[in-house]
Amino acid sequence: MIELTVNGIKHRVDVVPEMPLLWVLRDELGITSPKYGCGIAQCGACTVQINGAAVRSCQARIGDLAGKSVVTIDGLDNREQHPVLQAWIEHQVPQCGYCQTGQIMQAVSLLELIPKPTDEQINEVMSGNLCRCGTYPRIRAAIHAAAAKMAEK
Amino acid sequence: MGAMQNLSRRAFIIGSAAVAGGVAFGPCSNAEQAAPVANGNPLAAGLGSNSATFNPWVEISPEKITLIAQHADIGQGVGSVQPILIAEEMDLDPGQFEVRFAGPSPAYFNTGFADEFAPFLAADQSPAAEAARAAVLQNLRKSGLQMTGGSSTIPDTYEKLRIAGAVARETLKVAAADRAGVALADVRTQSGHVILPNGTKIPYVALAADAAKIAPVLDVKPRDPSTWRLVGKPMTRLDIKSKVMGELKFGIDLKMDGMMYASVKLNPNKGQPLKSYDARKAQAMPGVKKILEIKNGVAVVATNSWYAMKAVAAIDCEWAPSTYPAEQADHWKVLESSFKPEFLGKEWRKIGDVETGLKAGTLVEAEYRAPYLAHAPLEPLNGIGIVTDTGMEIWVGHQSPQFVQSVAATAIGIKPEQVTFHNQWTGGSFGHRLEYENVRVLAEIANQMRGTPIKLVFSREEDFIQDIPRQISIARHRGAVDKGKIVAADLQLASTAPLKGLLERSGIPSKDPDAQLASGLWNVYYDIPNFRATTFEAQGLSPCTTWRSVGASTAGFFTESFIDELLHAAGVDPLKGRIEMCAVPHYRKLLETLAEMSDWKGPLGNGKGRGVAFVEAFGTPTAEVVEVTATDRGIRIDKVWIAVDVGKVVDPVNFENQVQGGVVWGLGHAINCELTYAKGGVQQTNYHHHEAMRIYQCPVIEVRGLENDPKVRGVGEPPVPPAAPALANAIFAATGKRIREMPFNKFIDFV
Repeated sequence: MIELTVNGIKHRVDVVPEMPLLWVLRDELGITSPKYGCGIAQCGACTVQINGAAVRSCQARIGDLAGKSVVTIDGLDNREQHPVLQAWIEHQVPQCGYCQTGQIMQAVSLLELIPKPTDEQINEVMSGNLCRCGTYPRIRAAIHAAAAKMAEK
Repeated sequence: MGAMQNLSRRAFIIGSAAVAGGVAFGPCSNAEQAAPVANGNPLAAGLGSNSATFNPWVEISPEKITLIAQHADIGQGVGSVQPILIAEEMDLDPGQFEVRFAGPSPAYFNTGFADEFAPFLAADQSPAAEAARAAVLQNLRKSGLQMTGGSSTIPDTYEKLRIAGAVARETLKVAAADRAGVALADVRTQSGHVILPNGTKIPYVALAADAAKIAPVLDVKPRDPSTWRLVGKPMTRLDIKSKVMGELKFGIDLKMDGMMYASVKLNPNKGQPLKSYDARKAQAMPGVKKILEIKNGVAVVATNSWYAMKAVAAIDCEWAPSTYPAEQADHWKVLESSFKPEFLGKEWRKIGDVETGLKAGTLVEAEYRAPYLAHAPLEPLNGIGIVTDTGMEIWVGHQSPQFVQSVAATAIGIKPEQVTFHNQWTGGSFGHRLEYENVRVLAEIANQMRGTPIKLVFSREEDFIQDIPRQISIARHRGAVDKGKIVAADLQLASTAPLKGLLERSGIPSKDPDAQLASGLWNVYYDIPNFRATTFEAQGLSPCTTWRSVGASTAGFFTESFIDELLHAAGVDPLKGRIEMCAVPHYRKLLETLAEMSDWKGPLGNGKGRGVAFVEAFGTPTAEVVEVTATDRGIRIDKVWIAVDVGKVVDPVNFENQVQGGVVWGLGHAINCELTYAKGGVQQTNYHHHEAMRIYQCPVIEVRGLENDPKVRGVGEPPVPPAAPALANAIFAATGKRIREMPFNKFIDFV
């Protein structure tokens, strides 16, 4: 049995320690907001926070996560009023939406590190997150809008 | 068009229980379209007590209102706009109804294919063209073909869903007036209620039982657009919030009690069987419950999809070899030798005398190429299936419900009507979810695991390897210019046949030439006195299928690159030249709008260049300008302007998002994507091999939607075809280098 904390709740799972976090979340715990897209850290759809840092959950061995805190989009603080999620809704970013939870988790992390990112900084941090539908113009606009919202507070 | 007649004949088996009677032509369809003709409303069968259904799109129980989305949502937003069209007429607000995807039924036949399947240019509104479209519509009605694709959702539903909503509204009003004993003329509807003369508000759900007892009111007309509250106005797509919050369940997110996970390894030599396998290593791996042999490969059933993927990857398989060339170079050789009479698809259009015209000016010749491409939507192929002694139930996101039934049934020897299909929200498609690789093997696996729900998940690698790709194509174009004008164009291409392949795998093979290969080739609206458009269909190559914008994704690149070369040879400005040559007034207006939007003033200099392209695909004319800068490290795409005429912009915010996404799709794949075969399988197995566009390369994209077209058109695909040629033409303007083959990064770097 491996113990881990997801969104503040402790879970015990009976899997091999090599299993990546993504499949523990999705198939063992039923937390499906992180998505399987590529399995090799090429798309970013599985992005979650581990101890506050954005991580590709398809690359994080569950055996290495003892005592660490995992947060998915479901567990973000002040979720309903979260400025990044609000900006994503206001700009109607999603098309199919499959990549968007990963995009948002990456953007949340970006804005924690750089409260007012330039376009170049957005490019550097967000280019690991693929969107096959091509919502990039809206992702960029939503990040700028969220930054402005957060600066007001 | 022959292909469609053939489809209709064969698909008539599907449609034998189809809605009988009811003559509804073209854009002025009447209420019969929305009426519940005897046995024609599939909702009637599953209706609870005290519940009403007025037509195949509206269901009201004492608890809730459910609106049916017949077209599959593959990210394009139709899970939202379809119910909105109904809600507009029913006086419902977002939040007052649930949305459910339609099951398979001929009642949901796609009227939107009528224009695409009739053998006339989209801009041709002549009586003969309209008569042909009406005839195709009747064939579609007979076939009962329910399919999402060809940018047809809005053309199909724009009228009929508003009528469906109006029928429901008027029937509810009758029910309320009867119950209250007031005159029908004195009741009205607002926000999910019928309002009586005394101000009493009766919720629709409270009228369900009464409404079920009366015949639907069919004598309705959709409201005047000036009264619209939702349609045509900026609105929030119904699925936006749940997608942003991570709450929306895609097909891959479903879970069932007692469910087991499966993953597969299938023969990379597409369509060929398994010869033998050694699963000893996999057998001992964690979580593995069962190893199964299926027709074209092996499957592992496990307690977690990661265990299943890991174990199936560890199985050694011996495969039957491909029937197409094992190596990519030989695919190109086959194409190169396909420009021969025995491979003729069709001469689609002939104006004047091309051979004479070619001698009447300076000759220009060019060859262009476009590779196989993957669809690779971010949600890999998946599905849940359970087979019992009575049949199969399947939960999968798919664009062709009836063919899911027939493909699954054929795989396990049952009847199509024994397959119950539940459509799912999908994480993209781009044509991938018109194919059946997941459906067929899921049926086989579930059949071997009877009674256990099986969730099949393809690994990303398997999804790439089994992807039925976009067509591969070569064009050999000749033209002539004289005195500043194009005097002749002879457009020829050889290609694999995407639509033909799809029809064959759908169980309705066609011998007719593939009309998709003509898209972007024959529908050229420039005044060129000597013109010919011919397709050749290469034989014996990889199976191919529809990829966002289908034939026009390759032919549009060839044609609009060549037009650019001809205009350059003629010494004419590429945008002004196109405007002057454009023979359709409202298409010309589109090009003029683009010139105004982009403030087109000719060459830019200083390493900057602009290119333009104009393609009509699926009836929607689209023109784009791309601006690039040649930097020290490569080409940077700075900005795109795009004008699209759809007749009516129904969902403006989503429209802009769709159009921008189409541009990103077109540019990204043109820059850096191809699938190549080696030893019979594709070499690109994940996104680092087939990347397309990421945010750092994405330009600013300025969109304008025009409403001059006499018909309401779709927009899912048309923004794609002009992107690649506009980019290639911009690179030429900036660098003097003509790139005639995709992907462009084989010839020039991008930053």
